[in-house]
This record gives sequence, C-alpha cells and structure tokens, in this order.
Amino acid sequence: MTYQSIVLVKQVPDTRNISGEVMTAKGTMNRSALPAIFNPEDLNALEMALQVRERFGGEVTVLTMGPLKAAEVLRESLYRGADRVILLSDREFAGADTQATSYTLKCAIEKAGDFDLVFCGRQAIDGDTAQVGPQVAEKMGLPQITYAESIVDLEADEIVVQRAFDLGSELVKCKLPCLLTVVSSANRPRPASARKRIANKLAAVPAEYPALLESWPEFKTEEALEKHLSERQLKIPIWTVDDIEVDKSQLGLTGSPTQVYKVNFVVLEGGESKEIPATAEGIKELIDELVKEYVVG
Amino acid sequence: MTESKDIWVFIEQEEGHISDVSLELLAKGQELAQTLESQVWGLLCGHQIEELGESAIQCGADRVLVVDHPELTLYRTLPYARVAIDLIRQHQPYIFLIGATPLGRDLAPRIASAVQVGLTADCTDLQIGDYTSKKEKQEYKNLLYQIRPAFGGNIIATIVNPKTRPQMATVRPGVMQANTPDASRKGEIEKFDPSFESSDFALEVLSREIREPSVNLKDAPVIVAAGGGVQGADEFHLVEELAHILGGEVGASRAAVDAGLVSREHQIGQTGTTVRPRLYIAAGISGAIQHSTGMDKSNKIIAINTDPDAPIFKVAHYKIVGDVAEVLPLLIRTLREKAK
Repeated sequence: MTYQSIVLVKQVPDTRNISGEVMTAKGTMNRSALPAIFNPEDLNALEMALQVRERFGGEVTVLTMGPLKAAEVLRESLYRGADRVILLSDREFAGADTQATSYTLKCAIEKAGDFDLVFCGRQAIDGDTAQVGPQVAEKMGLPQITYAESIVDLEADEIVVQRAFDLGSELVKCKLPCLLTVVSSANRPRPASARKRIANKLAAVPAEYPALLESWPEFKTEEALEKHLSERQLKIPIWTVDDIEVDKSQLGLTGSPTQVYKVNFVVLEGGESKEIPATAEGIKELIDELVKEYVVG
Repeated sequence: MTESKDIWVFIEQEEGHISDVSLELLAKGQELAQTLESQVWGLLCGHQIEELGESAIQCGADRVLVVDHPELTLYRTLPYARVAIDLIRQHQPYIFLIGATPLGRDLAPRIASAVQVGLTADCTDLQIGDYTSKKEKQEYKNLLYQIRPAFGGNIIATIVNPKTRPQMATVRPGVMQANTPDASRKGEIEKFDPSFESSDFALEVLSREIREPSVNLKDAPVIVAAGGGVQGADEFHLVEELAHILGGEVGASRAAVDAGLVSREHQIGQTGTTVRPRLYIAAGISGAIQHSTGMDKSNKIIAINTDPDAPIFKVAHYKIVGDVAEVLPLLIRTLREKAK
C-alpha cells in the first residue's frame, strides 16, 4: 500500500542567533536583518515524509502559507525530493494568528487532495507556539501525534509512532489518516540533491518571472517562460483566496481572535552592581558580605 | 445573563500526582479571581484520582470538576479534549489556563480550535487589565493580559482575546509561585460523567515511560551555572564542586548544554527552567536575554566573565571580571576555610 503525504512548512526569520546588527541601540529589532530560513523542524517533517515514500511509495506534497518570498522554501523542498509544492499566498491571509492560519491551511489541504498523513514540524522558531499542527488536525477531524520521533510501523490504515518529549516517551498506535508533528531528534534531514537542484532550478511562482527573464533572456517573454515551466511541471502554483473554498471572515487578521496589545523590547536593567576584584582578598570580602547578609552559610 | 468571570485551571496529574505547574496556576488564578471577584475552578481528569480534588482546593481551587473514567487513565489527546470541550461549552468560563507542559501544549490548541477561541502559548505572566481596540474603537474591561516572550526572548508581547471566551493561555512551569497547601480551605467537588464517541479512541498508547527529573533547579537555594566560558571537564568540575559546597545545584546556559558539558535538564532560561534562588553564580555565561530572563529575579547574582562588557553583568549584583579557571578555585578555597 502506498501513502499520500502532505507536509506543512514555514519560512521563518532565523531567531536563533540574534546578533548586535539586529538589535538597534534603542533595543528595537531590525527584522529585515534576520535571514529567512526553512523552519528547522519542518525539515525533519519533510524528511520523515520522504522516508515514508521511499519505503512504501506514494507522493509528497509540500504546502506553505506566506508571502511570495516563501517560494524559496518550496524550491528547497523540491531540491530535497518533494513531488509537488503549493504556495498559499494572499493579502487576506496576512496577519493571521494560529487559529486563522490553521483554518486557511485546512481549506488548502482539502483542495490539494486526499492524504493519509499530514506532517509538520513540532513548532516554528519565530513563535514557538506549537499550535498550528494540533489546530489543523482538529479542524480536519484527524487524530494528532505530537512530538513524533520515529515511525516504527506502518501497515494498512494503522501507524505506530514513537513520541519523545521532556522527561518521557510513548509508543502509540493510531488509525490513518492522522497528523504528526515532528521533533528535531527524529532524523537528520537530507541535503538538497545536486541532480534535483539542476532539474528544479527554474521552478518559480509567476511573480518571479520578471527576475527569471533577466537571468534567462532566451525566453524573451513571460508567456514563453510560463509555457516552458508549465510543460516541465516547474510552475509553482499560487493559491489565493479565490482558489480555495473559505469563509473569508475566518482569514487573516479578521479571523484571528488574538490581538497584540503591546510589545516591549527587552532591555536588561542596569541595576546596581558592585565590582569585585578577582583576587583572594576580593573574594574573601565578597564571601564575608554574603555571610553577613545570610545569603551564604 | 451576565457573563461568567470564572477562571478554570486544567489540573494535570500523572499517576495520582498533581504537576507543579497546575498548583502554580491555581495560586495565580486566585490572584486574578480577586480582581475579577470570581471563582477558580479546577478541571481534574483521570482515573481513581478523586482524592486529588481536595489537594487542588487546598492550593487555591474553589470548585473542582472531577472527571473520573477508565478511558482517562493515561493521557490521550482526543478523550481529554472531548471532556474539556463539553465542559467549556456547558459552563462558558471566562479564562482557561493550562501548564505549558508537553501535555498542555498538545491539549490546549486542540481545545482552542474546537471552541474557536484564541490561545496564547508559553506565557510567563498573566494580568487583568483593560484594552481598547483601535480598529473597532471599542473598549474592553478586565481582559486577561497574556504576556509572553517572542523572537528568541528579545521582545515581550502582551496578547489579548477581546471577544472569544474562554480566554485561553498555556503558562510556563516555574514562573509563578504555588501556595502552600491550606488544609482549612473549603471548596466544592463536583463529579462529571463524560461521554465519548468511538472516534475519540483512534489512538492507543502501547507503552509509556516517564523519567524522574535528575535535578531540581526550581527549589534549589543556590545555583552555580556554567556557560560557554567554562572549558572542558576540569573547569566544569569546579562548577560542580562549588555547587556542592554551597548546598546547591548545577545550572547551565544553552551554550554549555550544546557543548555537551551537561544535560538539557540543567538548562536555565526561556527554553529551560526559570529560577529564583537565594544565590545565583553565573560562571562564564555571557548573558543572552534567552538566559537572563530565566534567572534575573534571583536574590543575589554573582557573575564571573572575562569580558567586562558581557551582558550578564547588567543583571548581576556582584561583577567579577576574570577567568572561571582562576576565580572558581578562589571561591572554593575561601568557602572551605570559612567552614573550618
């Protein structure tokens, strides 16, 4: 039996190494200085889906919601072995919290086809909420297996999965279709394949055609380029609000029950601090003071 | 009918033991309930767990809904979500809080999606306050301010759910303080008989292993924490020795954990444990916000770093510019002499 998989991925600002260039003197953040990357655990999710395909057959579809720039993670998915990619992009989707995001994703997944397995990373590093996976599962009426570390068994319509979380682990058996959120310890995502990179280097969303034409002037017109890409399945489809069946009131900012009241930049307070010389004498005085104040002893 | 202002706390239990974060939330819930002039309800699910209701009352619940059923023996998302969703629909609480544990982060989004309300993850503070929506030009009184770090801890966002009820949040363990159990506290215990559908049992737990934490950072009076400036096993041994002399525990920054000096359970900061010991010694820790916000409420902080401009010195009470390899032995020797 083969299995149809869909992987939900996100392009995120790399918040892991926020350097001095990103934080301004006032303590505010210059977001554009952060590189946009493939959310790390989404790569683990993609890898798990690709391994299912290798063992059992089937197709791997990758879906992302975001601005046009998010086509980058879709190309990266093709380089790593995805069969089909879809970009969900519309101004009406923007400003969505996890509730509106999961609703939009659910509508797009329904249009994309019937899937046995829905994969996503445990959480995205820009928000760290870990909410979208379970919320998509709920909206699709699917069981969820969070913190999936490995697929131990897959047979007919049942999957056995090892889960790994803080201070514990679990072996669970679940009926398909279901949704898995994948942790970073699950696998080591394969790098892009050189062959697939060459085969998919022209893969693009229509908004990228003008830039592509500059690099490939032999196509002359966007129409010629589009024809070339379509014939080779290199045209990355963009689905807008008109392409999926949705209740518009549940999209984007309008469909988001949470609102940001305020944002404070963390500036560590320069409280009173006493400099202690790193000498035997200095340390002795410090300990004496701490003993006197009942901090030590 | 006036809207309920009651605050619900999901009481997480594992093998008949209530998790610390649930007790912390009951205490915080009581504090919020004073402002709202409302009650704190505990939602307790499991099997043969009835006596835990009394513990919840002693720690701050005014009323406990006990849902005792064999299908709830081990946590599974769907049956637990079914119970919570049914009860929320029936009682319409104002606020619903869950610990940001692996269980809470699995369950909360499922519930929030089903009852179609907003959910804020990993809050580090909760307050009650007013909010004016600029877009709708409408003022909302006494909303729950859900306060959480974002963008790697570099910003703190205050989130509100103006319209949907309950206002839901998961809260990080260890950032709030539990009440000492008060045996004289009175409350009501109410039983609820759940009803399930066969689809709730799509998942079966074949086996489950829960490890005891090997370190208790939250209750340690003293923590000596190692950072990237601690080089190799010998220097790390000095950190352990100092912690031992002071009767404390060993903590670590992410850099020390990533370097393999110590296990992740020792990590302090936003992605680790939040601590507030009597004395915190930061050995070779640079003090990225990610770490500092997990320890800056410590009573006294000593920071040792070779870089005089290291951010850790901004939160330190005592600043020692120097190498841990030299300063730690001095501290150890001085304390040893004192003890004689």
